[in-house]
Parts: sequence; C-alpha cells; structure tokens
Amino acid sequence: MDSSILLALIQDGIVSGAIYALLALALVLVFAVTRTILIPVGEVVSFAALTYANLDNGKPPAVLILLLGLGVAAFLRGAIFSRGRALIQLGVETLIVPGTIAFAATLLAPLQLGVAMNAVIAIAVVAPLCPLLYRLAFAPLAEASVLVLLIAAVGTHLAISGLGLLVFGPEGARGVPFSDAVVQLGPIIFPGQAICVLAATLCVMGGLWAFFRFTLAGAALRATAINRRGARLVGIPTENAGLQAFWLAGLIAAGSGVLIAPLTTVYYDGGFLIGLKGFVAAIVGGLASYPAAALAAILVGIVESFSSFWASAFKEVIVFAGIIPVLLWRSLRHVSVEDEE
Amino acid sequence: MKPAIWLALVAATLVLPWLPGLPLFWVSLACQIGISAIIAVGLVVLTGVAGMTSFAQASLMGISAYTTALITTKLGISPWLGLPAAMAVTLVVAFAIGSITLRLSGHYLALGTIAWSVSLYYLYANLDLVGRNDGLTGIPPLSLFGQKLIDIRFSAQIIGLSLIGGMIASLHLLDSRWGRAMRSLRGGAVAAASVGVDLGRARMLAFVFAALMAALAGWLFAHMQRVVNPTSFGLVAGIQYLLMAVMGGAAHLPGALLGATAVVLVNNSLQDWLPFLFGAGVSAETIVFGVALVLILQAAPAGLWPVIAPRLSRSHRVAETALTVQTMPKLGAVALRASGLQRRFGGLVAVADLSFTLYQGELLGLIGPNGAGKSTSFNLLSGADHPDAGRVELAGQDVTGCTPQMMARRGLARSFQHARLVPSLSVIENVALGAHLRGHASPLSAILRRDRDEEAHIYAEAARQLARCGLADLADHNATSLALGQQRIVEIARALAAGPSVLLLDEPAAGLRHGEKQSLAALLRQLRDEGMAILLVEHDMEFVMSLADNLVVMDFGTVIATGKPSDVRRNPAVIEAYLGGVA
Repeated sequence: MDSSILLALIQDGIVSGAIYALLALALVLVFAVTRTILIPVGEVVSFAALTYANLDNGKPPAVLILLLGLGVAAFLRGAIFSRGRALIQLGVETLIVPGTIAFAATLLAPLQLGVAMNAVIAIAVVAPLCPLLYRLAFAPLAEASVLVLLIAAVGTHLAISGLGLLVFGPEGARGVPFSDAVVQLGPIIFPGQAICVLAATLCVMGGLWAFFRFTLAGAALRATAINRRGARLVGIPTENAGLQAFWLAGLIAAGSGVLIAPLTTVYYDGGFLIGLKGFVAAIVGGLASYPAAALAAILVGIVESFSSFWASAFKEVIVFAGIIPVLLWRSLRHVSVEDEE
Repeated sequence: MKPAIWLALVAATLVLPWLPGLPLFWVSLACQIGISAIIAVGLVVLTGVAGMTSFAQASLMGISAYTTALITTKLGISPWLGLPAAMAVTLVVAFAIGSITLRLSGHYLALGTIAWSVSLYYLYANLDLVGRNDGLTGIPPLSLFGQKLIDIRFSAQIIGLSLIGGMIASLHLLDSRWGRAMRSLRGGAVAAASVGVDLGRARMLAFVFAALMAALAGWLFAHMQRVVNPTSFGLVAGIQYLLMAVMGGAAHLPGALLGATAVVLVNNSLQDWLPFLFGAGVSAETIVFGVALVLILQAAPAGLWPVIAPRLSRSHRVAETALTVQTMPKLGAVALRASGLQRRFGGLVAVADLSFTLYQGELLGLIGPNGAGKSTSFNLLSGADHPDAGRVELAGQDVTGCTPQMMARRGLARSFQHARLVPSLSVIENVALGAHLRGHASPLSAILRRDRDEEAHIYAEAARQLARCGLADLADHNATSLALGQQRIVEIARALAAGPSVLLLDEPAAGLRHGEKQSLAALLRQLRDEGMAILLVEHDMEFVMSLADNLVVMDFGTVIATGKPSDVRRNPAVIEAYLGGVA
C-alpha cells in the first residue's frame, strides 16, 4: 500500500466516520432524555437518502404517504387520551404540520429548484417521522424499563423497514453530489462532497453545543436527561422533552441521510447498518458522552475503510465484531450492582 | 406439574403425528412451532425470569446448526453425535459472549447481541467453509436402527419430545436454589447479593441455558430441513423468537409455546394473504410483527398467557428437619469492629470518623439525628459501599473493601431500610433465597432433580425462620403484596435463613404496629441470647432504648457518645445533638 492509498482510506474513513458521529450524537441525545435506544434511526437515514435521490425525477416524494399515515395513526392513538387544548395541539402536530409539509413538498418537488432545495425537502418530509414514532411507540412506554424500550425500538425498526420496502421498493438509488468541485492540497485531493459532509457535521455539532449551552430549551433537555423526576418537579414538561429529543434526532438523522446519498447507493434497509455503526460509537461513550462518541465514530469509519480495502467481504463482520473489545473494556471498568426495573 | 400430565403429553407427541388423515402440512407447521418454542423456552428463562434480553438466539441456533451440518457432511459423523458437538460449540461461544457483556447493564447485552447477530450473519454469508449464501446442503437425517427418519412425522415426534424435555429441564431449574437466584436478577439483585448469591454466575447460567436451548433447536433444524443457509439465522429471525416469548408472556413457560404457535401460524397465513394485499416480493410480515411487538409491550406487557390462565402457586416439599443449626462463635468474641471509618462524597464528609466494636451476644444500637451518617455507615459495614479510610473487621479478619457477597460468606446478614424482596417470588421463596449459601446443589443436579432432599431442608429452614418471625401464615403470599412493615420482617427472616453470626438491621421497627414491635423486640432479644451479634440502626427511640445493650450515637459523621442507654440519655452532647444547641 502506498501513501496515496493510505491517505485516501483515511479520508474515506473520516467522511463516513463523520456521518456515524452525527448519528451517534442523535442516539446519545435520545437515550439520555428518553432512555430509548433508537434502533429505527437507520430507517430515517435511508428514507432521507432515498427521498433526496429520487427527488431528481421531479415527482412528489413517495415517503409522504408514510408521513401522513403515521400522522393520522399518531392522532388517533393520542386522541383517546387528549381533550381540549391538548387535543388541538396534538392535531396541529400530527395532522396539520405533516399535511402542510406534504402539500409544500408536492408543490415544490416538480419545480426542480436544485440540490439545496431537494436536500431541504428530503429533510422536511423525513425528519417528522421520528417524533411521530415517539408518539406512537415510545411515549406510551415512557415509564417502562430500558430493556422494554429497546425491544419496542427493535419492533419499530422491523415495522418501519417493512414499510420502507413497500414505499421505496427494493431498488437502491444514489443522489446527486452537492458539489463537483475538487480541492487539491499538495498530494491530497478533497472532493467537494467530502468537504460538505465534514462542514455539515461540524455545523451540527456546534449548533447542538450552542443549543445545550445557551438556550432555555437546551437546558431543560439537559435537566431531563440528568434527572427526569427532578426536572418534572421544577416544572419542565418531560413529555415534551422526549418529543424534542426525537425531533432533533429526526433532523440529524435525515440530514445524515441526505449527506450520505451522493456517497453510496442506498437501499431501503441500508440505513440500519449505518445506524448500527453509530451505535458502536455511542456505546464507546457509554451512551452518555458526546465527545467520546464522536471520536469513536471517526475511528469506526477508519476501521471500516481499511477493512473494506483488505477484506471487503468481511467488512461488516470486522466492524461489528469491533464492539467486542469495546464492551470488554466497558465491562472491566464497571463494578456496581444495582436493581433494574 | 404432575408426572401423569407429562406422560400424557409424551404419548400425545408420539401418537398424534401418525393420526390417519392428518394433513402433512399441519405436521410440518407443528414442527416449525416446536423448534421455535424450544428457543422461546430458553428466552423465557433469560428474559422473563432473569430480566435480560438477547436478539441473537437465531445466531446461536445458527452456530449449532452449522456445527452439526459441517461435521456430519464433511466428516461423515453420525447426526446423533452432532448434538453434543453442536451444544459444546454453542456453550463455548455463549460463555465467551456472556463473560464480556453480562457484567454490564442489561441493554448492553441486548445491543451486543444485535451487533453479533449482524456480524455472524455476514460471516456465514461470506465464508467459503460454510458455503456462503448458498449454505450447506445434503445434511443427513437422523437415523435409528439403520432406518433413516426422513418422514416428517418422525421429525414431529423427535421435536415434540425435545420440547417436552426442554420444558421439564426449565421447570426443574427454575424450582431450585439457582432458579431463585436467577429470579432475583429481576428487581432483587441487591438483596440476593446481600445473602451471598453470585449474581454473575446466575446471569451466566440463564444466558448459557437459553443458548443451549437454541443449540438444541439448531441441531433439530439442521437435520430436519437438511439444508442450512444464513437467512434462517439473521437478526429478523432473532427478533421473531423474542416476539414469541414476549407475546406468549415472557415470564411463563407455557407462554413460549403459545407465542411460538401464534407467530408461526400468523406468519404462515400472512404469507398466503399479504401478496394479494401488497403485491408479491414484499415481506410485509415484518410490518405486522413489528407493530404487534410494540402493541403487546404497550397493552399487555406480561404477554398473553397470564390473560388466559390463572397464576399457579408453586408448592414445595418441606422436610421434617430444617438445615442444621450453625454453630455460633463464642459469646463475647469480637464480631464486628470498625476503626476510623471515613467516607466522603465529593466535598461532603458523610462519615468522618467511626469506630466501635460489636461482640457476639450483644445488641448494639447505632443512633443519631437525620444526616448523622447512619445509612452511610451501614453501607460501609455491610460491604455495599467502601470507606475512603479506616478498617472493617469481621470475626477478626480484615474485610475492608469486600463485596456484600464476600461479607455474606463470612457470616454477615443484613436487612434494608427500603425492603428489597424479589417481586416474582413468594414470601417463603424469598426466605429460602436467604439460605442460598447453605445449599450446594448445582444447576445440573437441579435439572436432574437430584437436589430434592436439600431443597426440602432449605424450605423447612425457611418455614422455621418465618414461623420464628411470626409470619408463618403468610408463607405463600406474593412477597410484594405484604404491608411494608411485614416486608421488613420477611427481610429479617431471609437474613436469619442465611445462618449468620452478625446481623445488621436498618430501621426494622419502622412501619410496625405496637404489638408487632414487641414481638420483634422479643425475637431480637432471643437471638442475642443465642449469641448473635446484632447492630441496630433505628429511629424509634423508645424501641432502641429499651432493647439495646449499648448505644453508639453519631452526629455529623462522628461518634459523639457511646455507652449504656441510661448513660447516653443523660449525655449533654447527645441532648444537644437531638434538641439543637441554644443559638
């Protein structure tokens, strides 16, 4: 292997690692606030990627039917328990917001307003799936154990990925790159897409940091993450905190999907493996530390790019077996005995 | 269950497949149900009983299926020898996986199993040795007396017998000392550790047992289908097995069969109907199963079985004689000594300097106003927490830094301020859990029922301690249905069942009525007179003053007075601590 291949592999690894890092952040955020391990994050990624790629043909996104359908289901589910203003709020969030997004997307999609517009449309129609899933699957289980929430998350993943096959079909798609520009720095060549991915990742991380550091809503989310009951006692509506966490996760995951679409051909179920790599990174940080998760994600990306060079058939085997030393390391640091449930 | 019922089930298994006119398609469905139910039985033990979850049961099944397929096709070994080989390989893998993850919180095991299951799937699909995506074909069927058992009705018989065997093994294992230990993992781990249960072993046992069930299913699968390929062992299959256990009722063995039946039948009819609804090629059953899994967790978290069947109380054979009474150390010998204990939490010094000595046959009260450091001291003495400085000695041995399990092994037993009983065990079973270290039966001897005599003695001991604490008539009640005060007394009975020489009690009188307090006091006096060393942390002054031989009074983490109750009562420092100084 010469140095140009080495550099290309590292660069490749960092780019995909950046996307895993975004997903790891979303996963840590959702776990901290709601104790849910958001397995279906992968479907959000692949749905956004497919939507972005398919917007090229100028048709309204196929995923709209899913958005409206989940919205109606979430409304019916919630309407049993809501009255008065809560019912109106529920109606706005589950029917009117998705309806408006669907309407706008149907109008805008055929106009072919360019990649930036397509990216916005893809994120706007896919991200709201996440909070709708929260209302349907996880909010009713808010008091259940982590394990029950995890099983529910796996069930949701199964259902959503089946729906994905129904909506998108088995064919994969690849998106148009945001930029064809190539920047050359000495011997290293940076494709424009790679720069976009890294820039977007840094923006999201910076934005999240600022959100948690400087805004009241961010502080409320942090408080809920640290102590749910305590947060409720000082008047933070913790159910809303869960919804907000899922909104953020949905936006981040849909954004990652759009970023990844031009890099590789994405299939309806391809996001699952991408999301799972985010998990490997999130677990390194104990599902609690954002910086550790982000660094681990870059490492996962590099391991992946090197193993696809040396043993491409066993790429996934190597990446997921990589969780073993991570768990071993965590297990050796962990001693306490506590009651679960 | 009675042997007669099992015999009837065995007879039905042997006869039913051969009923004339029975469509072979039904027999083949029954085979699928049986194999799935064997895996689900393992998951009931792992998830329902021990509170852990694995999405990788299909992968473990795959390890077993590939093992037996490889050695029978490539080496020409008899399929019957494939079973021990497949089980041994699965055992080793499960043990390796378990030792990495079982010490972590439950969701790490579950996440780990997701990753492994994906990893193994790609390994099978890319490894030449196991035929990549095509898998291995031409696996020999089982044969008996030179006769190849190719007919599916033979398969149904063998699968049925395996399922019955698996259920009997599970029932036997759950009704044993290790069964109680595994049940304690769900909501009672701290209490179980305090009576010396090795939680790591209990977790490993549940995990390995479930893995062996999957291995049995994998072996049956390989020799019935006679083809193995990666698709049967992927993550989706793993999720389906978990769905079966959750749907049927993860805490109930018959639920495994119920869940397997429901899932296999629904799957089968979906495959007939869904192509009409959604067009061919769409595996829409995943949608139905995913939604079903979430809805069941929301609407009936205990599964379907408890909905259709009443909960049967377990009965236990009780021997005439209890366990032999353990000899108490000599009266007046040093039982527990604390010297210079200190514990800080960040900048807060919860215990600054605690020293005292407790002798055999002494009832020592540890009192002090709120925030004096009593609870922290209690944790330091019982091994639940460790001091930053100082020493704890138990019967002359340094036990500083020992875990609660090690303390229990050295004769210390405790109760908890907030009663910690195992929710899924009855009152007497909770007390029997206390005698865990006094039994010796291994899990294997429990499965083979070689532990019956020991168990009968353990239950006799539990009954004796319950009677001593005045709760004999509540023996078969659900532990968590008792009043809080009574739950504390059950904890004392559990501690006594461990046969301790030192007893630490954390506010045992709280929540008791006057009469109950008096009988508790009488019991504690009697125990003291038998030579037990008792440390009592108590808020109820009247109770502790009338009972304790000596008192240690703490305030702000230090000892401010020691001595007889009558002297302590007049001590100015104590009065100031309780009533507050003059500002």
